[in-house]
Amino acid sequence: MANDHHHHDHDHSELSDTQLRVRALETVLTEKGYVDPAALDLLIETYEKKVGPRNGARVVARAWANPAYRARLLKDATPAIGELGYAGRQGEHIVAVENTPTLHNMVVCTLCSCYPWPVLGLPPVWYKSAPYRSRAVADPRGVLKDFGVTLPASTKIRVWDSTSEIRYLVVPMRPAGTDGWTEERLADLVTRDSMIGTGLPKSPKDLA
Amino acid sequence: MNGPQDLGGMDGFGPVEPEPNEPVFHDDWEKRAFALTLAMGMPGGWNIDQSRFARENRSPAEYWSMSYYQIWFAALERMLKERALVTDDEVVAGHSLHKPKPVPRVLSPGDVLKVLHRGGPTERPTNTKPAFKPGNAVRAKNINPPTHTRLPRYVRGHVGTVDRVIGFHVFPDSNATGAGENPQWLYTVRFEGRELWGPDGDPTSQVSVDAWESYLTPAD
Repeated sequence: MANDHHHHDHDHSELSDTQLRVRALETVLTEKGYVDPAALDLLIETYEKKVGPRNGARVVARAWANPAYRARLLKDATPAIGELGYAGRQGEHIVAVENTPTLHNMVVCTLCSCYPWPVLGLPPVWYKSAPYRSRAVADPRGVLKDFGVTLPASTKIRVWDSTSEIRYLVVPMRPAGTDGWTEERLADLVTRDSMIGTGLPKSPKDLA
Repeated sequence: MNGPQDLGGMDGFGPVEPEPNEPVFHDDWEKRAFALTLAMGMPGGWNIDQSRFARENRSPAEYWSMSYYQIWFAALERMLKERALVTDDEVVAGHSLHKPKPVPRVLSPGDVLKVLHRGGPTERPTNTKPAFKPGNAVRAKNINPPTHTRLPRYVRGHVGTVDRVIGFHVFPDSNATGAGENPQWLYTVRFEGRELWGPDGDPTSQVSVDAWESYLTPAD
């Protein structure tokens, strides 16, 4: 599929065909009373400003800092994530999978764009794009290389194709040199891509 | 359907190109298309599997040339027209020209956070027992329905191992056609990279899919 951000240098004074069609349909649906524009604004604001990967980072940081929480998260992630107030649409059934020195987990949805919204927000364009969806299952190491990530040859890679309503959250390995860190500080190390499995967490020196 | 959405294992799409500091939306119309799609679920009355089928059921050339929100928007228009909630002349005019059809409910601003927080769980109660247990060898069936399915082509005919029994969940293949939820046991099934991709496959990789019971046969 086309990566729309590559075609983003158009003149904004000219409305594209898509812009006009979306605007027209919103007018029709509003005039018919099927949608309330204030509800649309709130939906956009929620996913633009409130629900994003910072949520997932807090979950991972708590799992790093708190062994009892980690055990609950890995056993049954949906209620464990709910403890932090994150739940709902596209995260009704969440499974957390943990990276270890011998196993690296990576999440894809080859059939569409399934992604754990309550903890990661809306997926980036690359996650929904044909290059990622086609190759993640057949050549995961090649895909990781596109992200600048090289794993030891001895590390096994497990790819989770999100074909049902189960959503997967990767719990990356806690970086070295973080003993005694607070959850808040640990959360600054947790990147979005590290929770998809296409990246690794930051190291303490990245924050310096 | 063996459609353009079923991408696993295809070649030729090029490298993955992550965008640094990517914004949540790239244009105003994406925000509106996203919000319209979410908000119309309630009055539109369709389910998530019908939405997915409306997105994927188009020619590969069309699907692959569209951005993801363009696909969402095209599917929204299609579902609205199929249900006569909106007509062609209204889309052209950009205004309502006919009396609205009665709809079950409209999403009010006060309900947005509640509705998002509740989501749409797909697990259903059951008195039945799962046919497979973790460790069982299973073969993904070679099925090719022209309608919606969540069994990707790249696992069909291949043997994997049941990793876990997830629960009893709505079956998308029937839910997408309006034939009902027909819930079934759902499993995570793990395949070795070489089982899926042959000798060229990465021997250190494993891939799992979530598969409903009727997708699987015993292979012990």
